[in-house]
Amino acid sequence: MTVTAAGSATRTLTFRDAFGEGLREALAADDRVFLMGEDVGRYGGCFGVSQGLLDEFGPERVRDTPLSESAFVGAGIGAALGGTRPIVEIMTVNFALLALDQIVNTAATLRHMSGGQLNVPLVIRIPTGPGRQLAAQHSHTLEGWFAHVPGLRVVTPATVTDARGMLASALADPDPVLVFEQIALYGASGDLPVTAGPVDLDRAAIRRPGHDVTVVGYGGSLAPALAAAEQLAAGGVSAEVVDLRTLRPLDSATVLESVARTHRLVVVDNAWRSGGPTAEVVARVAEQALDELDAAIERVAAAEVPLPYPRHLEEAALPSADRVVAAARRALA
Amino acid sequence: MSKLASERSVQTDPQALLTTMIRIRRLEERCAALYSAGAIRGFLHLCVGEEAVAAGVLDALGPDDAVVSTYREHGHALARGIPMAALLAEMFGRTTGCSHGRGGSMHLFDAARRFYGGNAIVAGGIPLATGLALADRYRDRPWVTACLFGDGAVAEGEFHESLNLAALWRLPVVFCCENNRYAMGTALERSHAETDLALRAGSYGLRAWAVDGMDAVAVREATALAVDTARTGAGPCFLELRTYRFRAHSMYDADRYRDRAEIDEWKDRDPIDRLATLLTDEGLLGAGGRAALEAAADAEIDEAVAVAEAGPIEPVEDLTRHVTTEVPA
Repeated sequence: MTVTAAGSATRTLTFRDAFGEGLREALAADDRVFLMGEDVGRYGGCFGVSQGLLDEFGPERVRDTPLSESAFVGAGIGAALGGTRPIVEIMTVNFALLALDQIVNTAATLRHMSGGQLNVPLVIRIPTGPGRQLAAQHSHTLEGWFAHVPGLRVVTPATVTDARGMLASALADPDPVLVFEQIALYGASGDLPVTAGPVDLDRAAIRRPGHDVTVVGYGGSLAPALAAAEQLAAGGVSAEVVDLRTLRPLDSATVLESVARTHRLVVVDNAWRSGGPTAEVVARVAEQALDELDAAIERVAAAEVPLPYPRHLEEAALPSADRVVAAARRALA
Repeated sequence: MSKLASERSVQTDPQALLTTMIRIRRLEERCAALYSAGAIRGFLHLCVGEEAVAAGVLDALGPDDAVVSTYREHGHALARGIPMAALLAEMFGRTTGCSHGRGGSMHLFDAARRFYGGNAIVAGGIPLATGLALADRYRDRPWVTACLFGDGAVAEGEFHESLNLAALWRLPVVFCCENNRYAMGTALERSHAETDLALRAGSYGLRAWAVDGMDAVAVREATALAVDTARTGAGPCFLELRTYRFRAHSMYDADRYRDRAEIDEWKDRDPIDRLATLLTDEGLLGAGGRAALEAAADAEIDEAVAVAEAGPIEPVEDLTRHVTTEVPA
């Protein structure tokens, strides 16, 4: 533990441990909560997040499933209807497509189809994103597909504090919540206030205040956005970095307020440019704050290609701090 | 001892089954007329001919047991006890409908009666039912989930994934396959190499058997056995209920894929005629008894239609309700 100059105590931990602590806390706090998914138990989780939980909580509460994404996600929906609080892990976002029917046709619609009689308090954890040379079936950023669907909440923790606190908040939500965990961040570390607890799931966050240009990212694109802001600061440009945090419901107010201050906007997205989540951000700014803009909006997004295996090509396909800096400079030119 | 009395478990009440089947058939026939008159829109899938499945399966469940059904679920919903007026109001899109008017014919829900739809993705309700049973097992409740679906669902991956999961975890669910021999317009033998569905289901390590789905008493007794088996912790069961729909798949269907002779052959096994005849032979249904049941059903329907038609439609200002939890302002 360290104590900052401001007097707030923090400790440093990895995203993996932050997510794992969140799980342990949730299981300990409420006996209705259980975890299920592929290799979450004996294996300890594909990425090690649930290591030790099977021994601690037993096989009823930490359940290894067959490789049947549609069945165990649907079973999570049914178990949620039955008064439990399941946490379902899908090993990666590409595998989540095998459960798309249950997520989109059932979890998202039951409340509406039943005229408000039913709700689905289900949390689905989904590792996502590029950066580990996992090629074209394990690296994509598909959060936006789910964010398209009314009835779902989609959250994208990009800080250790959110990684630690979003699960508890998601479990408190009476409706289905999808928590997207960045595979590339599991081993990264960050500082967590010792007083950290559940976090707000409704609002975007300004991760770095500034006044010259607004840079918007989420999940895996927050890091290049913040790195770019650091580089821009060295050149005398003050960038304000907004972390969307929640893709549905999207907090456009925080973005619009920032754009009203900076009058310039760069969006950064590990998803493909066409129809990605930040395309919606751009559309809302165009609808509601066009008069505020002093420059064309800049977009830094994934190249329109399935992610390739070689490191240099994967990197070339994705937003980098340098590309964000260049975009910001174009906006400021 | 009479044939009925000797072969029937004490709880089975064949008169009640007959009454339920007649109510279902008369309601379905009225729905067809209301659809033709434009009062019901969307897709409408009727279960005429399959009433023994609805009456028999639902009668074997207790009030705390759960039901998951499909888009051909009017009969299941009625047999579960959802009032006719609430069903018709739903089909009319009124707020007094059992799903507040948001679902229509394919999405009938009633949380209080543990009736979980009305799922119109073929096989989509099967994982849901597995999860409801998981919750009951997890919470140590002695409840069973009955999951109804058609033969078409057996071709879907969700069916196979769910049977494996339910058997693996010995969940208290009864899979009730309402095999009417056609997945919309595709005959069973045109979509399955092995058409013995009970045989295939049994390969997952659960008890599975075929039942004459045109015999309400047989369906009721098979379901009761399956429910008892699941309830006592012996794991899930699968029932292949062999039946037939007398009408087309939906009101849009011109029914060009079935032989008239085949339809007539199955109509000779009409589940209502069959049970009524049996009851008459046993002296349990007097002359005019069936006509009286039909008249009572018609009167119930007339009143329900009137009540449903009087129900309000939802104001357009409420359009975006029922999507996520509504926090009071």
